[in-house]
Amino acid sequence: MNAVRSDGHTLVFDDALAIANLAQVDAHIRQLFASEPAAHWTTDLSALVHLDTAGAIFLHRLPDLAAQHGCRLELGPLPIHLRPLFEFATPTRAPARPTTARPSRLEKLGEGIIQLCERAGDFLYLMSDLSYFAVHALWHRHSIRRDSFVDQAYAIGAQALPIVGLIIFLIGAVSALQSAVQLRQFGADIFVADLLAIGITRELGPLMTAIMVSGRSGSAIAAEVATMKFSEELDALRTMALEPLRFVAVPKMWAMVISMPLLTIMADFIGILGGTVVGVTSMGIAPVAFVNQVISSLFLKDIATGLVKSVSFAWIITVISVYRGLNFSGGAVGVGRAITASVVSSLVGIIVLDLIFNLLFY
Amino acid sequence: MEAAIDIADLRVAYGETTVLDGVSAHINRGEIAVVLGGSGCGKSTLLKTIIGLVQPRSGRIDVLGIDTSMLDESSRPRLAVRLGVMFQYGALLNSLTVGENIALPLEMHTDLPRDLVEDIVRMRLASVSLEHAYERFPDELSGGMRKRAALARAMVLDPEILFCDEPGAGLDPVTAAEIDELLLTLNHELGITIVVVTHELLSIGRLNGRLIMLDAGRVVFTGSVDEAQRSDHQVVYPFFHPGEKAT
Repeated sequence: MNAVRSDGHTLVFDDALAIANLAQVDAHIRQLFASEPAAHWTTDLSALVHLDTAGAIFLHRLPDLAAQHGCRLELGPLPIHLRPLFEFATPTRAPARPTTARPSRLEKLGEGIIQLCERAGDFLYLMSDLSYFAVHALWHRHSIRRDSFVDQAYAIGAQALPIVGLIIFLIGAVSALQSAVQLRQFGADIFVADLLAIGITRELGPLMTAIMVSGRSGSAIAAEVATMKFSEELDALRTMALEPLRFVAVPKMWAMVISMPLLTIMADFIGILGGTVVGVTSMGIAPVAFVNQVISSLFLKDIATGLVKSVSFAWIITVISVYRGLNFSGGAVGVGRAITASVVSSLVGIIVLDLIFNLLFY
Repeated sequence: MEAAIDIADLRVAYGETTVLDGVSAHINRGEIAVVLGGSGCGKSTLLKTIIGLVQPRSGRIDVLGIDTSMLDESSRPRLAVRLGVMFQYGALLNSLTVGENIALPLEMHTDLPRDLVEDIVRMRLASVSLEHAYERFPDELSGGMRKRAALARAMVLDPEILFCDEPGAGLDPVTAAEIDELLLTLNHELGITIVVVTHELLSIGRLNGRLIMLDAGRVVFTGSVDEAQRSDHQVVYPFFHPGEKAT
């Protein structure tokens, strides 16, 4: 049964006008108004038994609703027991928005550039501070917590071993297969070993390790720092005269810088192993010949270059992750945004550094 | 009187730790009930158990005449929309504006036109003196404003029972008193049953509701504020006369 019916030009309300039936009542009344525009309506509320705040607001708005359809409406008296609620639930109108001149495109562009410069400045400050504190900690070891460093190194390095190993093994295998297809055309199968050894140690080993560490540990650093900021832990450190960067970020920096080259050395071995397995099993190259070819093609410079890269990747991942964590805003959603931004920015940073190293070394 | 909440021999445990041990209580419709006790006595757990966030080991809870142990996933929301909950820290969704936070239950549970929803939300915000906060985000509000916004959200579906977990916690005395006044207004004007969990004596005095005092997971006292202040019970007396010893 509908809670409202029309009797001539009178809207008669029965029983209840509450959230549960309000959508239905609203639709019915709009239909009535639309069917007889310019009519003069009244209401009979005497049979109304129950009213909630939503229903009271609806009644307050009813004359306006009628006016929207070109009608007029006068509210009849409410039963006494419903009047206090009706008075309590008086709608308030949206305040008029202050009219401000919209910025021009040039102003927006200028504002964007200024913001970009400010962010770049903040990032450079953080980078220099963090690097200084990290180096300073070498001579002032009491300023960082040894336990924190060990825990971080375990999480960033040791716990990443299985996944980094698996991925780099597969990449080594795929690289060997892909290069074998091309080299076989020239009868140069054995040079797969050279390609693999140089490609993994100079490029793929450090690069893939850094990409996985940024996704795995960089995101964790950003989330931890952002959560610490959100829960005022960083402010608490400041009140205890502890510099948050020293206390929180420096152990992570050193853990990252030490773990990453070790992970990269392991990745180099396992990547070459993956390629060797493919070379031996699918290309029919003797294991000893393949290994000898790998050893003869490698120079210390190749391995050292990869390790230098891995240290710089570790440094940039830590700086970016800490920066993103410190600059988060907006609660749980902000933490999520900080993590995403940390991973994306780290990947960009890694690729840019890789390019710079390639330009410098080769 | 008709019961809003009836609890019988309720037992709740987290792992091996028993938090509520045989709690029984009765809260009438239209009254203000204050659940009080020292830290760790189980008052917040009792609230969470009543609203269905914690499952009891045994016992029975009837809310608005419904045995909550009989509710399944489909029937629980039908009871939930008849209850409003104001969490200790507001629990506003930070990704939504204050207006969107308050409109959320209306948009999810009704088919009301958008302009009517906005009017209802603005009225609710006005009732907690937050008209200006409609388009602001929760992290732009002070602690007191967040609590008032949370109260507006809890009230937006016209609940029959309003639960408030530590409404004055972390607020200055003036703001805490304002929140208590709002609760009293809602109780007097709309006749809503209000269940408040608190340990703040000033708030307990202002609300002047029926007290249910817990200690170590058991109900040790029920009665009015006056009765509690006159009680020489070994748990009640120190609570209402801190620093003094019972005679």
